[in-house]
Amino acid sequence: MTSSPHTSKLSFPSTQEPRCLEGKDETRTTVPRHSPSTHPDPRVRGDDNFDLKQRVLEILSHVPDPEIPCVSVVDLGIVREVHENTLYITPTYTGCPATLAIERDIRKSLDAAGFAEMTIETALSPPWTTDWISDEGREKLRAYGIAPPPRGAARYSLREDAAQCPRCGSMHTEEISRFGSTPCKALCRCLDCREPFDRFKCH
Amino acid sequence: MAEENVLFHHALRLGDDALILGQRLSKWCGHAPMLEIDLALANIALDLLGQGTLFLGLAGEIEGRGRDADALAFHRDVLDFRNCLLVEQPNGDFAQTMARQFLFSNWHELLMREIAAAPDARLSAIGQKAVKEITYHARFASEWVVRLGDGTEESRTRMIAGLEWMWRFVDELFDAKDGAPSLRAEWDARIARPLREAGLELPKPRRGILGGRVGHHSEHLGHLLCEMQFLPRTYPGAVW
Repeated sequence: MTSSPHTSKLSFPSTQEPRCLEGKDETRTTVPRHSPSTHPDPRVRGDDNFDLKQRVLEILSHVPDPEIPCVSVVDLGIVREVHENTLYITPTYTGCPATLAIERDIRKSLDAAGFAEMTIETALSPPWTTDWISDEGREKLRAYGIAPPPRGAARYSLREDAAQCPRCGSMHTEEISRFGSTPCKALCRCLDCREPFDRFKCH
Repeated sequence: MAEENVLFHHALRLGDDALILGQRLSKWCGHAPMLEIDLALANIALDLLGQGTLFLGLAGEIEGRGRDADALAFHRDVLDFRNCLLVEQPNGDFAQTMARQFLFSNWHELLMREIAAAPDARLSAIGQKAVKEITYHARFASEWVVRLGDGTEESRTRMIAGLEWMWRFVDELFDAKDGAPSLRAEWDARIARPLREAGLELPKPRRGILGGRVGHHSEHLGHLLCEMQFLPRTYPGAVW
């Protein structure tokens, strides 16, 4: 249940190199320099705190998801908002065990970058949706072998069409189990190349 | 103050339902008939534990006596639990577990849609999050009721027996005093379809058993809590 992530002695695989990518820094999300009024990310746009937000997003774009290390917490849309000196994050699923590890990893990164004073709050509403996964994040998932959710499909979450096989690209696939290796994934199989694969559930 | 108290008990009931069913389901981990079902039941259990943590955390916050979700989950005795009797029923075989899930999740989904629209922002935030997860649970259980009911003679017999076992505890969910009577008609319609598809009939009406919401539980809950609470009670304050 609840416990302090700061005192946890559990080891999480978060320090591993992302296996899907070569080179050290490729999990980082490019956060291009934009002015506050034109920034493509609504979390940043039009805010007086622009520089701070930009900086924090840049730092967190190096923090990988502990269970799907090819994407960062920014790619997944877990990082919600920076307001004054508080960072708001949101869980994907209520019981996702990675939530504590994610908070711990974010804390470590913020501390290391000189943001030890910044507090981290969890915001539940509005609830996280797969529509918040960035386009870049979707591509990284595909390259990692996980079929990403189609953009804008979250509202049809229970009427998912066949997933596209992330290996051979075939649409000729079937769902084996709606519940997969983590709460956010379903297990599928390609009927052409016969390989099983994970699919990010629309949510 | 009275309003706070109502909200506290409301959050406690919601938290206890999710926590107890989550604990029940997690017993299937490593024992389910197939790997896929094992994953599914563990995932559903995890969702419920997450929801239970949030609701109990909120209950503790409203109460304002310094009890957090852990304190409420691990340091209350059986008479203080407010879950419905349905969720504490034993797993039995897979069909009995699915019968319980089918009856509960279809109700839980309807209830959580109401909670999501609740005037209290904290309650509503948890409801909005939970309803997305519960939709999967209801669908999973409904599919298995069809598959088992419309499967072999053996699976059908077991499905009927599972529904028979659980049916006594349905009325409590819609009890005029501590339940959600306004959801009954929609729930009846929702469960009728999979049952029809499965070629199953509604169990015969039986006198409903009440009591969970006021702390009168079956013997089963005591045994469940014994196992669930053993560690934090033996080693209070233990951390990883």
